[in-house]
Amino acid sequence: MSPDPSPLSPPDTGDQGRDILSLRDFRLRFRGQPVPTVNGIDLKVAAGEILCIVGESGCGKSVTAMSIMGLLPPRSSEVLSGSLDFLGKSYDLRHENLPAGQRGNQIAMIFQEPMTSLNPSFTVGNQIAESVLQHQGGSRAEAMERAHDMLVKVGIPAPRQRLNEYPYQLSGGMRQRVMIAMALANDPKLLIADEPTTALDVTIQAQILDLIRDLRRETGMGTMMITHDLGVVAEIADSVAVMYGGEVVEYGPVTEIFDNPQHPYTIGLMSAMPRLDQPGGRLAIVPGSVPSMANMPSGCRFRSRCAFAHARCADPAPKVEAAPGHSVACHFAPLEQNLAVTA
Amino acid sequence: MLLFLTRRILIALPTIILISIFVFALQKLLPGDPLLVLAGEERDPAVLELLREKYRLNDPIVVQYFTWVSNALQGDLGISLRTNQPVTELMLQKLPVTLQLAAMSMIFALVIGVPAGILSAYKKGSLTDYIANVVALSGLSIPNFWLGIMLILLVSVKWQLLPASGYVPLSEDFLQSIRTMLMPSFVLGTALAATMMRHTRSAMLGVLSADYVRTARAKGLTERRVVLKHAFRNALTPIVTLTALLFGELVAGAVLTEQIFTIPGFGKMVVDAVFNRDYAVVQGIVLVTAVGFIFMNLVADALYFILNPRLRGQ
Ligand SMILES: Nc1ncnc2c1ncn2[C@@H]1O[C@H](COP(=O)(O)OP(=O)(O)O)[C@@H](O)[C@H]1O
Ligand code: SF4
Ligand SMILES: [Mg+2]
Repeated sequence: MSPDPSPLSPPDTGDQGRDILSLRDFRLRFRGQPVPTVNGIDLKVAAGEILCIVGESGCGKSVTAMSIMGLLPPRSSEVLSGSLDFLGKSYDLRHENLPAGQRGNQIAMIFQEPMTSLNPSFTVGNQIAESVLQHQGGSRAEAMERAHDMLVKVGIPAPRQRLNEYPYQLSGGMRQRVMIAMALANDPKLLIADEPTTALDVTIQAQILDLIRDLRRETGMGTMMITHDLGVVAEIADSVAVMYGGEVVEYGPVTEIFDNPQHPYTIGLMSAMPRLDQPGGRLAIVPGSVPSMANMPSGCRFRSRCAFAHARCADPAPKVEAAPGHSVACHFAPLEQNLAVTA
Repeated sequence: MLLFLTRRILIALPTIILISIFVFALQKLLPGDPLLVLAGEERDPAVLELLREKYRLNDPIVVQYFTWVSNALQGDLGISLRTNQPVTELMLQKLPVTLQLAAMSMIFALVIGVPAGILSAYKKGSLTDYIANVVALSGLSIPNFWLGIMLILLVSVKWQLLPASGYVPLSEDFLQSIRTMLMPSFVLGTALAATMMRHTRSAMLGVLSADYVRTARAKGLTERRVVLKHAFRNALTPIVTLTALLFGELVAGAVLTEQIFTIPGFGKMVVDAVFNRDYAVVQGIVLVTAVGFIFMNLVADALYFILNPRLRGQ
């Protein structure tokens, strides 16, 4: 339990070879902001693993995901540090992104807004086939056939007919299925799903989660699932990274995070969590709100909302191993022991 | 589609009727008796009465209107008081000239305006964007006649590259026809290119930040494809609509340009007719232009319809 000043890192599964992606010490500042919006993120995803990134709106989940994909507009932000290992290659994010040839190919992403994420002017078949043609080449007819197979795979009824339909002819749930079909058309090794069910109603939400889980089992792809819904986490995650203010404050296997939460923020989230049979709960019940970048406290960024905050918390929080593979960034972790001592 | 067009045409009809009444009334209200022009030095009341009878100017005004409309519908717009030629025939001679000018100007406008608009939207806030905007603003503020005269002085008089004026029908000598029209259509086209560029730019700015453009990038497509396929296709509707509408404006804008380059087109005919109080011709021109405008509006609507999968599907 010795404090370790290095940024909070993912649990060591002792199986490095299987890691598809690992992101180390990623820090990013938007132009005009006094402090980095993303302040030292470490994540990794292994084959077949579903990692859930959870945290309140605005904590930097999407920015991190978009940066991994290389989709953040370059002019508006500056990467201060970060290296990305993907499929055995290493990229220094300060100077380079994943090559476009990987995007939509080995690494794919789906978004929160199924209603607007498909191009209204092109047919569903055209949009899926385009991705196949871009990365695999071949004939248009073959690509269309592949698009058809993908629609079958994601469980869209009457797939042949759907190929020639436009997005407006599909419901939100169907559109998200199309997005998944498009993302998986080139058999990616990693799927990043940024709140894929937030905009959908509860029944459809459950169906989409089932689909992602099934596809994971079938293809062995790793999945990075972003959500602010702990119901979704409980449903689907193998491991969980809890984010607050652009930092990972707690990271570990899903059972550890739910049964043995150590960070005051995680504990707050848990007590704010709705019943599991009613997904869709929001994480707004932790008292207070995320400060703006201008008001972000130094040291532990959760300090302004933490019930246990102490003078010491003005220093950066150390990383503590609460259990094997379960790490926490807090001066007082593990909480129960240390509170007992100070009390 | 058919239903949509029918509805549009039904809406357009009352407009056309109103315009025809207006055009007809205008002639009656304007000062100056056209008969006096026609009769020339002849002021003999008997002759005037005879002419009145001939042109049915003694009928009740409503009857006159209906006679005029029914003739117009049959393509008879009356006789030019000046040249004694049928107005329709006159217009059919001049129209192709102006249409060629308008079409070539539109090509200039599109070829310059659209790529410039796409580029400046894509590079928003950059030097390229800034330069494109400054050039566009200059294009809008430089008067056509000045640009026209400068071009004639430079290209025709000094370098002797292109003819300064005149017109050769396309059917007579294709290349020479294009050559004579090159400068006039450039003058007209550049002014439009500026408008085109600004509309393209704003349409592109709207779609470049759309979620589906992000999706296109996430698919690993090249920037070229992201911008020219996924974004531009969705910016196309306002651009195409504008093109159809501006085409009508071009015909009007041709008046001045045709004067500068002495092109015997529609615009020149209007000016001549107005100065000569050749009312039948003026009437005919106003009517045909107005109907042309409404027709281009219909075309714009139809294109809007065709370009939108959602409307098309219903
Ligand atoms: N292009 C941008 N320019 C400036 N600030 C941004 C930009 N994109 C996101 N942000 C800011 O970064 C923070 C994190 O955003 P985001 O990653 O979208 O949060 P979330 O965790 O809800 O996905 C927010 O405070 C947001 O305002
Ligand atoms: S470091 Fe201090 S302020 Fe931060 S979570 Fe731990 S106790 Fe709270
Ligand atoms: Mg987000």
